[in-house]
Amino acid sequence: MTAAPLHRRSLLLAAAGLPALGRDVAAQPAADTFRVVTSNEINGLDPGRSGHVFARMQVAETLLGADDGGRPVPQLAREWSLSEDRLTWRFALRETARFHDGSPVTAEAVAACLERARAPGGLLGNAPIAAIAAEPGAVAIRTSRPFTPLTAFLAHYSTIILAPAAFEGQAVRAVIGSGPYRVAELLPPQRLEVERSAHWDGPTPAIGRAIYLAAGRGETRAAMAEGGQAELAAQLAPETVQRLRRNPRVLIDSRPIPRTRLIKLNCASPLFSDVRARRALSLALDRQGMASALLRSPVSSATQLFPPAMAEWHVPGLPPLRRDLREARRLLAGLGWQPGADGILRREGRPFSFTLRTFSDRPELPGLATAMQAQLREAGIEMKVAVVNSREIPAGHRDGTLEAGLMVRNFSLVPDPLGTLLQDYGPGGGDWGAMGWSSPELGGVLERLGETAEPAERAALRARASTILHEALPVIPVSWFELSTAISRRVAGLGVDPLELSFRIAGARWAD
Amino acid sequence: MGGLIRVLGGRAVQAVLVALLVGTACFLMVRLLPGDMAYRIAASRYGYDLVDGAAAEAVRQELGLDRPWPVQLGAWFAGLLRLDLGVSLASGEAVTEALGIQLGHTLLLSATALLFSLLLGPPLGALAGLRAGGWWDGALLALSAALRAIPAFVLGVALMLWLAVEWDWLPAAGVGGWREVVLPALTLALGLAAGSSRVARDAVAAVVASPFFGFARMKGLDDAAAFRRHGLRNAAVPVVAYLGLQLVILVEGVVVVESLFAWPGIGHALVHAVLGRDIPMVQGTALTMGLLFVALNACTDLACWLLDPRRRAA
Repeated sequence: MTAAPLHRRSLLLAAAGLPALGRDVAAQPAADTFRVVTSNEINGLDPGRSGHVFARMQVAETLLGADDGGRPVPQLAREWSLSEDRLTWRFALRETARFHDGSPVTAEAVAACLERARAPGGLLGNAPIAAIAAEPGAVAIRTSRPFTPLTAFLAHYSTIILAPAAFEGQAVRAVIGSGPYRVAELLPPQRLEVERSAHWDGPTPAIGRAIYLAAGRGETRAAMAEGGQAELAAQLAPETVQRLRRNPRVLIDSRPIPRTRLIKLNCASPLFSDVRARRALSLALDRQGMASALLRSPVSSATQLFPPAMAEWHVPGLPPLRRDLREARRLLAGLGWQPGADGILRREGRPFSFTLRTFSDRPELPGLATAMQAQLREAGIEMKVAVVNSREIPAGHRDGTLEAGLMVRNFSLVPDPLGTLLQDYGPGGGDWGAMGWSSPELGGVLERLGETAEPAERAALRARASTILHEALPVIPVSWFELSTAISRRVAGLGVDPLELSFRIAGARWAD
Repeated sequence: MGGLIRVLGGRAVQAVLVALLVGTACFLMVRLLPGDMAYRIAASRYGYDLVDGAAAEAVRQELGLDRPWPVQLGAWFAGLLRLDLGVSLASGEAVTEALGIQLGHTLLLSATALLFSLLLGPPLGALAGLRAGGWWDGALLALSAALRAIPAFVLGVALMLWLAVEWDWLPAAGVGGWREVVLPALTLALGLAAGSSRVARDAVAAVVASPFFGFARMKGLDDAAAFRRHGLRNAAVPVVAYLGLQLVILVEGVVVVESLFAWPGIGHALVHAVLGRDIPMVQGTALTMGLLFVALNACTDLACWLLDPRRRAA
């Protein structure tokens, strides 16, 4: 037979196309490119939808930034002042600031962007702003009542400032910002490539180019970090982090961030209206066990609502939340709950049974819910778990059908948690906060906090607010949050921003 | 020629039916999904923890989600006649514009995958068919069964860990250069090649065993010449026809593989649109995939028509 040799040859030719990739054409692009991989897609150009990408890649700037502790720092505004009556803020702009099309950053352009950010659905719309005015070299914002968290709202990505040429009517046509990097190529929803802007008025960034890639699957991001194909990989799963720690190519940065996993309870329901019932529920939870076994981070076990990362709100002196089944049973017995034949507590013939809604946008939540189901069962409480869409929690809050919900609350949606707390624990509660519970005292404390600038008084008020929430438990804290980021050892001087406002690439350099 | 027109005309009618069915079915299915659409759309716009009832209400008003559903569906079909697929509810972009970019990526990925699978599957299968019952025939059977049984997701992760992380040959994910397309295309191609190698093997084995092939050998042609002149074209018809069927696997694989490799194609867009209840995007992507399917089948018909003189005569 002579056919076989011929076919073997054509086969070899056919197969040759693929593995002809030597190590010299390896996966690394130009050495000067900093690659970021996260799970957040680029959802169009509108600042309200994808401003976080352009703010974090330092393409666009906000009026103010925030340091790691959430205190305001200059960005497009070089300084700011507040009037005597505490109603008018004046932000003086950096005179040398230029947009990437070369035009100066004018007060008119800034005022127009802020007006646009106030539109319904936007975060800035929640601030009590009466008027925004452009003055020579400055922008003046008048609030209808004293409102100190305004500086934090102005650091939020939805308030990034874009050049007038970026807009076509109300729609954003191109992202023309004023940051150290300008857009080189944009391929929504996946990829953004940026390069140094010639019009940047600050120190020239050491890193010349950067790529942002949205990879939705955790496996993909982990593989890129592991293979040295990303200088920064964000949103890593706990099990991945363990493996990456052993990789000599990367450094894992784990830090607590102002976020808490918590159970929202319907305090209007007869099950949870008494604070002793809520306390018993809290005492039945094994937070330490869940943090070690499921989250693989023992320090993330919550002892109070606010994590130590929120230094101004965390009160070290509060008695830590802990597990004590006997005390939980005693409290419940005091409320008339007696164990039935099946071990489930009963009162007037009705079982202590409710449904907890949770969602899988955060992949660890369903697992935590199942663990808590078993823990509560030991205290005689029957909890059913419903894994639903995240919207079912605010929807259930509104129509009153929610009994309990396990969720993650981000206290740094704006860098000052007060903005979030006002939404969550004001009168009537909030979609992602208290339900059927209100405290006139807490309301007064939060309102006063929005008005006063006196540091000692503010500290006392914050401590009081934390203490009220700790004692009344309108929501039950479960665990704090650790942000894990893999950083390549090719990079030096890169600090991870716990508030996730910026990747801080412009401040980093290549390691020698 | 009449045969060709009949074949292509049939496909054109099919395309119109696909548009009607896919558009209506997608619309109804998304409407029937449980939960409040306005909330879900608002969540995909602003992030789930920024959404409250007020934002959802604003979305409902803006998009007119409380209009009766026949009115909304009718508006979509009216737009389709003008080749206007509407505006994405999540990003605010025109659907046709977004599809234009995504379709390009999906076509590049699919074409590369098909090319890889053609380079791998039929030659390996033909080799097995020439020696039906030999050791290579048995090995290929086991290999193709295994590859066909592994889901694209698992295969993709394995290739990623092997070729990108261990060997550092290829980027694990992304888009931009030619290297990024290799891993996702290879993931799809291995599944496709597993199928086409079997068909090629059977077709070649049948040809080799046929009387006309025996006659060609008997008149003095050597194996290579006999196969080139009398085997190749005969074996190609079932292989090409099967490729048309395989496109189903390709379309289904694209959805998973694009998400895994962060490839901004149509499959990826479809997944996001379904999660975000973005009806115009779901309709647009599904419609494009459906029409793509019809177009590729028409190409298959055409190829078979060119390959097989018996059809032309008919």
